Amino acid sequence: MRVLAAMSGGVDSSVAAAMLAEQGHDVVGVTLKLWGGESDTGCCSVSDVEDARRVADLLGLQHHVFNFGDAFDQRVVAPYVDDHAVGLTPNPCIECNRHIKFDKLMVRAEALGFDAVATGHHARLEAAEDGFRVRRGVDDAKDQSYVLYMLGQEQMSRLLLPIGHLTKGEVRGRAADLGLRNSAKPDSQDVCFIANRAGGRQGFLSRRLGESPATVVDADGTELGSVEAVQAVTIGQRRGLNLGGTDEPRYVTNVDIPAGRVTVGRREDLYTPIQEVSDIHWVDEAVDGPVDIQVSAHGTPAVGVVDQAGRVTWEEPQRRVAPGQAVVFYQGELVAGGAVAA
Amino acid sequence: MTSGAIAYLDNAASTPLCLEAVEAMAPLQRELYANPTGAHRMARDTRRRIDDARDVMAEALGSQPGEIVFTGGGTEGDNLAVVGRHMKAGGVTVCSAIEHHAVLEPVEHLGGRVVAVDAAGVIDLDALAAALDDDVTVVSVMLANNETGMVQPLEQVAELVRSGTPQAVLHTDAVQAFPWLDVASLAAGADLISVSAHKFGGPKGVGALVVRDGVELSPLLLGGGQERGLRSGTHNAAGIAGMAAAAEVVLKSRVEQVVRLAGLRDRLAEGVLSAVDGTVETGERSGKVAGSAHLCFEGIESEALLFLLEDAGVYASAASSCSSGAQDPSHVLAAMGYDRMLAGGSLRLSLGYETTDAEIDQALSVIPSAVARLRDYGTG
Repeated sequence: MRVLAAMSGGVDSSVAAAMLAEQGHDVVGVTLKLWGGESDTGCCSVSDVEDARRVADLLGLQHHVFNFGDAFDQRVVAPYVDDHAVGLTPNPCIECNRHIKFDKLMVRAEALGFDAVATGHHARLEAAEDGFRVRRGVDDAKDQSYVLYMLGQEQMSRLLLPIGHLTKGEVRGRAADLGLRNSAKPDSQDVCFIANRAGGRQGFLSRRLGESPATVVDADGTELGSVEAVQAVTIGQRRGLNLGGTDEPRYVTNVDIPAGRVTVGRREDLYTPIQEVSDIHWVDEAVDGPVDIQVSAHGTPAVGVVDQAGRVTWEEPQRRVAPGQAVVFYQGELVAGGAVAA
Repeated sequence: MTSGAIAYLDNAASTPLCLEAVEAMAPLQRELYANPTGAHRMARDTRRRIDDARDVMAEALGSQPGEIVFTGGGTEGDNLAVVGRHMKAGGVTVCSAIEHHAVLEPVEHLGGRVVAVDAAGVIDLDALAAALDDDVTVVSVMLANNETGMVQPLEQVAELVRSGTPQAVLHTDAVQAFPWLDVASLAAGADLISVSAHKFGGPKGVGALVVRDGVELSPLLLGGGQERGLRSGTHNAAGIAGMAAAAEVVLKSRVEQVVRLAGLRDRLAEGVLSAVDGTVETGERSGKVAGSAHLCFEGIESEALLFLLEDAGVYASAASSCSSGAQDPSHVLAAMGYDRMLAGGSLRLSLGYETTDAEIDQALSVIPSAVARLRDYGTG
């Protein structure tokens, strides 16, 4: 098979490309240049591209760089900013997968004559009679099936996830065996286009959106303090609210941007028996009945029932999910679908 | 898939070393390896090769031998001219919007003025005149553009500088022009002229900057004081000899090569234009250097096209490549008013002295179907 292997310069995608080459596939490596601004991770930096190119050289693979910066700006960064402006907390990695890796890159790969695209995600793809499914990666702590919930059948039929059956330790071991220079490179963290040294998320958002202050109130409306940038406040947040010492921790329970008001409450105020969702996507048919539901990249799933009216009814009350976050449905280890918290 | 013949149409990026340069460089690597500033016979013999090379470059660039400063290439020459002049004289730097980054970045870094071009990619002389005042100390306008191949009206630029801002010096980046144009005569009005050897059959990492007598620059590198104190550092003797040998080839064969290659270039450009609908040729072909064809294809992205061309053995480029190897949007096409989508489908096919008919045939057999394929996929 002729495979285009997405290579970030990190260890996972390097080993993924190496494994496919070992299996005898005709592999070409590609590094996506997505972001030209500041970042901590060095993602998309010359040194990351250099790492990917050197790994490809070592493996005897041709290596290309695709500049998808415009598409990344339009489909990932701008919506990230716009969502925050209206009080949502989006997941840019998922939007990048949806629009860049599994759309633009896949379309280009097909046009360039590739049979498949490979990535270094920690997840497994399985072909069943009724189509493909994503299964959690073997390494629980590294499982990335959550950010792959949006994959459709057509995309999965042209996707390879070579390292999903390996633990991170095994991946690093293979990288070391192959003599890859990046075998000990740290995992990437956080949002690739936001730099902690440039003020982190709040700094990034305030440069794009400006800062609008908000008052912080309790459930009764009593004013407790204020924050500088309401756009950077997320439901469930506990730190950075300038409340000083209180008897018990207070959590953000509501963010009202037009009114400039952040409501805080006790931990139990965050819990809800019902979670509203939108944009429901099922991999196969809608599941009628309880599913395991995960609401953050490495969160612990809880049981709930999804109805087509856009509601998740929890078996036990769960913490409210910040609007904009992905809510992913599992049956056992298999991804059944997902939605966006409303 | 790249097992077959290669059509190398990326000569504006770099050229193969000509055999004359290979021969000229060989003795300076294992026989005359002395430091040319040394006090012994081998040093003097090495030095003589550099002096000979200086004579050749002076003839090629229309200067006195003593006005040639050997550099580490086009970027260094451009920086020495613009930054070196600014360090010496202060004031305001001016350049056109389509300069190579080696001029544009220094000018922008120094807070200088950037002059617009017209839709064909030629400097707007009225805008230039408006940018010239008593504060200007250096004006930099290239002789031919590296993306479009468009030749700039340097004689008129020189006239404007002389009349509008006589205290300023004029620099021209002649890196792309040298294989194709009589730089000595066209750049006669310039005070500073930079060229780069590897664009005309010489080695990489060496170039020359003409610094006319009386033009004062500050050096960027301080040290042993070589090259009239303007470029300290041990001479790249082999590189300098290789550059001069390549320049001699240019002087000897340029006129006939220009005729031959303009014919091949026209066949290539017209062949693609007639075979592919929705193709725009940037600028006027009559205004370009002979080796340059530059096209924009509607509805495709250059990166994908270059990939398919490479698969079929055709090596070309789009705009300038950034340091990561990704294709960056072209500042030249943006300055010419091209929208980002159309500019994103650009293809630069640049011919060189070793380009053959067969390479043009190969490109013509490959490009139309590659563009059609990408359009079918709506990408890419």
